[in-house]
Amino acid sequence: MTVALKINGAAKAVEAGLSDTLLTVLRDQCLLTAAKRGCNQGVCGACTVLVDGRPQRACLTLAANCEGATITTLEGLKRDPTMMRLQKTFASLGAVQCGFCTPGILISAHWLLARNPAPAIDEIRAGLSGNLCRCTGYRKIIDAVAAAGRTAAEAGA
Amino acid sequence: MTALKGAVGSGLARVDVREKVEGRAHYTADLYRPGMLFGAILGSPHAHARIKSYDVGEAMTVPGVQCVVTGDDFGDHRMGAFIKDEHAIAKGKVRYVGEPVAAVAAETEAAARLAARLVKVEYQELPAILTPEDALKPGAAIIHEELDSYFKVFDTGSRGNICSRTDFTQGDASAWSKAEVVIEGNYTTQPQAHVSLEPCGALAEIDAAGRITLWSANQSVFRVQANVCESLGIPMAQLRCVTPRVGAGFGNKMEAHIQPIAVKLAMESGRPVKLILTREEDFEIVRARHPFKIRIKTGAKRDGTLVAREVEVLLDGGAFADDSPGVLGNGLWFSCGPYRFDYMRAWGTLVYTNKLRFGAFRGFGNPQVTFASEQQVDEIAALIGMDPVTLRERNLLRGDDRWFGGTEVGSNALGACLEQVKTRSGWSRRAELKPSTPERKRAMGIGVTAHVSGLLATGAIVRMLEDGSIVLNTGAVDIGQGSDTVLCQICAEALKVPVDRIRLASPDTDGSPYNWGTTASRVTYTTGRAVVAAAGEVERQAKEHAAEILECAPSDLELRPGGQFGIVGVPEKTVTFAQISARAHWAKGGPIVGTNSYVFDRPTFDPKRAIAIGLPFPQIGALAFGALVVDVEIDEVTGKVEVKRAWSAVDAGRAINPLSVEGQIEGAFVQGMGLALSEQMVWDGARLANPSLMDYKVPTALDAPYDIEPIIVESHEPDGPFGAKGVGEIGINAVPAAIANAVAAATGIRFNALPLAPERVLRAMLAK
Repeated sequence: MTVALKINGAAKAVEAGLSDTLLTVLRDQCLLTAAKRGCNQGVCGACTVLVDGRPQRACLTLAANCEGATITTLEGLKRDPTMMRLQKTFASLGAVQCGFCTPGILISAHWLLARNPAPAIDEIRAGLSGNLCRCTGYRKIIDAVAAAGRTAAEAGA
Repeated sequence: MTALKGAVGSGLARVDVREKVEGRAHYTADLYRPGMLFGAILGSPHAHARIKSYDVGEAMTVPGVQCVVTGDDFGDHRMGAFIKDEHAIAKGKVRYVGEPVAAVAAETEAAARLAARLVKVEYQELPAILTPEDALKPGAAIIHEELDSYFKVFDTGSRGNICSRTDFTQGDASAWSKAEVVIEGNYTTQPQAHVSLEPCGALAEIDAAGRITLWSANQSVFRVQANVCESLGIPMAQLRCVTPRVGAGFGNKMEAHIQPIAVKLAMESGRPVKLILTREEDFEIVRARHPFKIRIKTGAKRDGTLVAREVEVLLDGGAFADDSPGVLGNGLWFSCGPYRFDYMRAWGTLVYTNKLRFGAFRGFGNPQVTFASEQQVDEIAALIGMDPVTLRERNLLRGDDRWFGGTEVGSNALGACLEQVKTRSGWSRRAELKPSTPERKRAMGIGVTAHVSGLLATGAIVRMLEDGSIVLNTGAVDIGQGSDTVLCQICAEALKVPVDRIRLASPDTDGSPYNWGTTASRVTYTTGRAVVAAAGEVERQAKEHAAEILECAPSDLELRPGGQFGIVGVPEKTVTFAQISARAHWAKGGPIVGTNSYVFDRPTFDPKRAIAIGLPFPQIGALAFGALVVDVEIDEVTGKVEVKRAWSAVDAGRAINPLSVEGQIEGAFVQGMGLALSEQMVWDGARLANPSLMDYKVPTALDAPYDIEPIIVESHEPDGPFGAKGVGEIGINAVPAAIANAVAAATGIRFNALPLAPERVLRAMLAK
């Protein structure tokens, strides 16, 4: 069936079978590959995207259920001020190693900062607990999210 | 040192980070080729069976299917790092549940997966051997009937179901008579899954001339080439292997996974084929950390002097040898710990079973033996009433002390590492620590360790382009640990240019110099050395041009920061790399290229000092050292063990990029904590029962302690590039042991088996 979506600000009609996930459609049809297939089971969080503004596992989301939805992937947030701050602190503070988990973590962190602009360390740990990282041990990721929050506060944002 | 951007010692943001934070980094699964098909595999339902026949008729009827291959389509060619015992796909026989028996290429992934399930295979079941003890029983079913005829790279001692055996001895067994206390114990460790966030995958494409290009997730583009060509029986020159970004490895992607099958599907279909494993397949069919069974006995004098140790290991290798002979050898080699012993003997047997192959995983056998040996050191300390740190300080290898077997230790800052963790953790005041709640117990634990840093062959090509910019090509794969950045920093430092003047060519068997792989903590140390030497060759060639341009002797010239040569003492007399390279390209001498390649040749064993039977790695690199203190709480109600804080000191030689070294220390700690506390692959009979992230628990941001303090100690390795040595693995080795030592200090219970999951800890506390 044809599903009408708004992806990263642009209207897009995609072809989706009943069992096709949003993740498959984004990657194989739209060639938006920032969201990753790490487990296809909703555990690792590498496929996290925003559906109507809320973080969601694209691997557990059926594309056919997304008729009329607004989908935002990491590619669609490249001019978003909060995301740009996160990208900067993730880079400078060593929060990225292999990078496979990074797009999903950035989406989760972006959502966290949207609701809680200056989160405490334990709030960040909880906010990122749905995203697995096997490389960093998380500490530098947590520091990067905290620093992005602080930077925003200093900028008066 | 220079203050140029990215100079050695600066915590430069990694060179690949913009693409990664913007979601533009392309991993294998992110690649799409015109006309590309999707691949899928069918796994064996049996652990041990003969394959009698295949029926692919129904699979071929699925719309979109282009080709189906089975073992009958593959020649009798075998691959393997130490013993060539493995076909590209099961042929004649299956040896573990999940082993690929057939593969499909189709227009969509869904069609390929459906068709793969419709391939019918007729089996004749054989007795499944699921433990090494069963494998060694007289009359046990033989897993590799043709083992004698397999090619082996060293004297493996293979026979029956014994894959290999290794036996190391140093000193005289009469040293036992000096021991006033002797402790003996049996320890077991569990299988651990790598869980790189990126599952294994490959994309193969054949061109009009029949030459194949293979993109894949790997830790060595050259091992991919060797494995695919050996297992398919094609010349290496027919296959070009390249590596896009890799979503971590930890050992999982060093040797082959499904690259040979992807290439076969592309050859058969004539179209590009992308084959990406599901998470379940990645658990079931790639490889995992070995479960160890260890008997260890240590003797000491009452003054705390260690005198003798013997270690015996039984290793389950799974269905294929893979890197297992190396893991056995490495585990035994490190089972002495970083201590002086008058007598040390370590021997072990590696056995085939009908399970998934076990193979390389960060630490390469060392975390398992350290779990046993570092607990035993604590037990001795308790027996003689000595502080565990004091006992270690008394016995550490120092100065010119050699490692077990006699290899020279170039740089050794273990004493400083131990001092750092002792001081920063407040070890001497640990008795004052209070649990955060009354139903908890709290204590600190310690562990020290050493690890290899590099071996085998590597190379570097440094090219100066017409405009004076530099392309560095090493063939080393950055699996996320940051070697691309570190190698650029080394090259920039050697040529005294800002790091952004250097660009890195990605690994490509057509254009890169040979690199054995991103494994054994070797890239910074071994490849870094080749980069320094190749950059030195560029400097030498460029200097000749500069001397001719400036009409002086090369010895009058100095390399100046920013990519130029000048006459010593004459600041205004300079010539730039751009001027030199333009002359080399268009007028005289030819383009400037510096190359270097070598194979590491320091002997592992000195035959005058030790006896080694079945030595898998006769030559080896420098040694890295580390010390770790953990602060742990145990909940007496639930049995849950929580690491509150950790101090992990690592002798990095010299930290080329301290930010990346810290990342290795922190990441290794949390991965080791997973091994210690929560991770375990569980088999239900012959079938892996928990091949999913739902049921296999890797630490989350809530499980990992935030208070991990990475401590970098610099010993300046004389052989290393700017003094550096490898740190990729050292940080994991002591984690299970240090946590177990803390748990023992808090509860009085010694745990001899991993993981220290709540159930095991609670049962032990209730039984006490």
